Amino acid sequence: MRSSLGRYALWIGLAILFAALPHIFTSGTSLTKMSLMGIMIIFALSYNMLLGQTGMLSFGHAVYYGLAGFMVVHFINRASGGAWPVWLPFVPLIGGLTGLTFGIIFGWVSTTRAGTAFAMISLGLGELVAACSLILRGFFGGEEGITTNRTRLLRLFGYNFGPQVQVYYLIAAWCLICIAAMYAITRTPLGRMSNAVRENPERAQFVGYSTQMVRFLSFCLSGFFAGIAGALAAINFEIMNFLSVSAVQSGTVLLMTYIGGVGHFFGPILGAVLITWLQSSLSDLTGAWMLYFGLLFIFVIMFSPGGIAGWIMLHEPLARAGLLMRLLPAYLLIAVPVLIALAGIVGLIEFGHHYLVKGATDGTVVRVLGVALDTAGPWPWLISVGLLAAGLILGRRLWPVVTDAWNGASAELKRRISA
Amino acid sequence: MSAVALSLKDIHKSFGNTPIIRGVSLDVPVGERHAIIGPNGAGKSTLFHLISGRFPVSAGRILLRGEDITGLPPYQINRRGLSRSFQVTNIFPRLSVFENLRCGVLWSLGYRYSFWRFVEGLRDARERTEEVMEQIGMTARRAIPAGVLTYAEQRALEIGITIAGGANVIMLDEPTAGMSRSETENAVELIRKVSQGRTLIMVEHDMSVVFGLADTISVLVYGQIIATGAPAAIRQNREVREAYLGQAEEH
Repeated sequence: MRSSLGRYALWIGLAILFAALPHIFTSGTSLTKMSLMGIMIIFALSYNMLLGQTGMLSFGHAVYYGLAGFMVVHFINRASGGAWPVWLPFVPLIGGLTGLTFGIIFGWVSTTRAGTAFAMISLGLGELVAACSLILRGFFGGEEGITTNRTRLLRLFGYNFGPQVQVYYLIAAWCLICIAAMYAITRTPLGRMSNAVRENPERAQFVGYSTQMVRFLSFCLSGFFAGIAGALAAINFEIMNFLSVSAVQSGTVLLMTYIGGVGHFFGPILGAVLITWLQSSLSDLTGAWMLYFGLLFIFVIMFSPGGIAGWIMLHEPLARAGLLMRLLPAYLLIAVPVLIALAGIVGLIEFGHHYLVKGATDGTVVRVLGVALDTAGPWPWLISVGLLAAGLILGRRLWPVVTDAWNGASAELKRRISA
Repeated sequence: MSAVALSLKDIHKSFGNTPIIRGVSLDVPVGERHAIIGPNGAGKSTLFHLISGRFPVSAGRILLRGEDITGLPPYQINRRGLSRSFQVTNIFPRLSVFENLRCGVLWSLGYRYSFWRFVEGLRDARERTEEVMEQIGMTARRAIPAGVLTYAEQRALEIGITIAGGANVIMLDEPTAGMSRSETENAVELIRKVSQGRTLIMVEHDMSVVFGLADTISVLVYGQIIATGAPAAIRQNREVREAYLGQAEEH
């Protein structure tokens, strides 16, 4: 009883959070960002149905997202002005069905293989669709893309979904439904057998399951949810162009999912929120934002292969035992050299970016905290390298404090369990 | 004359130009515990792979309770009531013991690929999983990821997954390989228990296990069965002693 109440509490809490967010972050830009986050959460979770749940690495997931988006743009344009009796909130289903249809067609081809062959086929199909998007101008609109007007469908309870806040709530509602549905699927026979196929495809065959069928069904469902995300993107932006089916979009969803963490259901949610935020916020701050993005990805792969979610869940047993506070002093201590090193890295990237990109036109002098530094001279570089080196050396010195704290807390946990 | 559970009709298998199985015919009656023994490289594991559909046969037919299963994929053969274990432990390492066993149960109870009902709500699947878990003595280890179990536990889990679906014909490939004396004794007890009322076909190197468990023994040497009979008869068989048992004793 209590556990089922706890389960509902999580979902109710999430619904309240989604409802409250526009009242906390009221600016227009945060509303835009949060709308995009909702879309990307669905997209990344749908991707993780393949990567994390079934162990299928796809390089062409944007196909289902983008094609659904285009289909929805055409659909809205046809249905506009009361031509067809449809309300905007139901239009994402059209996107879902589009994603599902292409999932069935392309999945039939690609899921006959697993592993590397599957990854290569997905890449090929992605390139195929991306190439088509520039050739078939009637459907894809060439390089400009095609536009639509979401307000021209029938009004529902007087809402025409013109204002961004109405679109936000539409996205939030679909996001909640999709999170719940995708979570539910992980807890069904198919969901569990997907895990089994990920773990050991051969064995799965010898307990009666066709691994190809498991992969195919996962692929179709994943296409369905990617399609919903694409439909919401079409509604949100009111424009779709060739980039949405491109390898760049496929790569972005892979990075989001991986950085968030493929091993836990909520990982891709964290990844989608973080990367969307970084994309919009960092790109305002610096022209070199793609570089930070790439460094983050490499860092996660090298030092936390479970992603952010994996790192968080590492602490779960300690948190349960109330031992987390024992790590806090060590973490605060190590944060100092980490921040120093980070400042050094940011310095190197930003000075480099300024010197190489803006130096020719705007001059090589850059102002940092009111101090003028000439990136053509040695000082900015020496300072940056110095900070990086100091951070690394200090971090190495202080690292034993972290491992000691971790080992101490773990030992205490073991004592409590065995006691 | 009892019914035949598994029937092999002149099975051949070659890898490239190398013949591995050179005409094996065998009838295993329903309810029999049948052991296949033979020196290393005789083709015992290959024969298992052929019967269970992992490799296609080069020639010959395989009948499961009279039905031709030659050339079917492994999952089709499994659905028809033949389940096997592996010589090298073949489990789902990051899934818990309970999940491992439930994966073995789901198809047999008709849940197939359903994604419209919660697996936790499937009472019969849970009960059957609990039952198997109890049988293999792993109830206390239910939540542990299979990959961190001890070797003997993983072997027991392997057998558990194999029997979980309730297949009538069970094939175990060297179930006690690499086990200590006491672990082997436990494994023999477990095999005796789980093969009750089913047909068991096993490959085994440990002669005490073979002679303790099997009703009938077949001796496979260089891809051919040179003798089939009751343990006592096999022990007396001169050809077998020369080809295999005598040789084993010298080592």
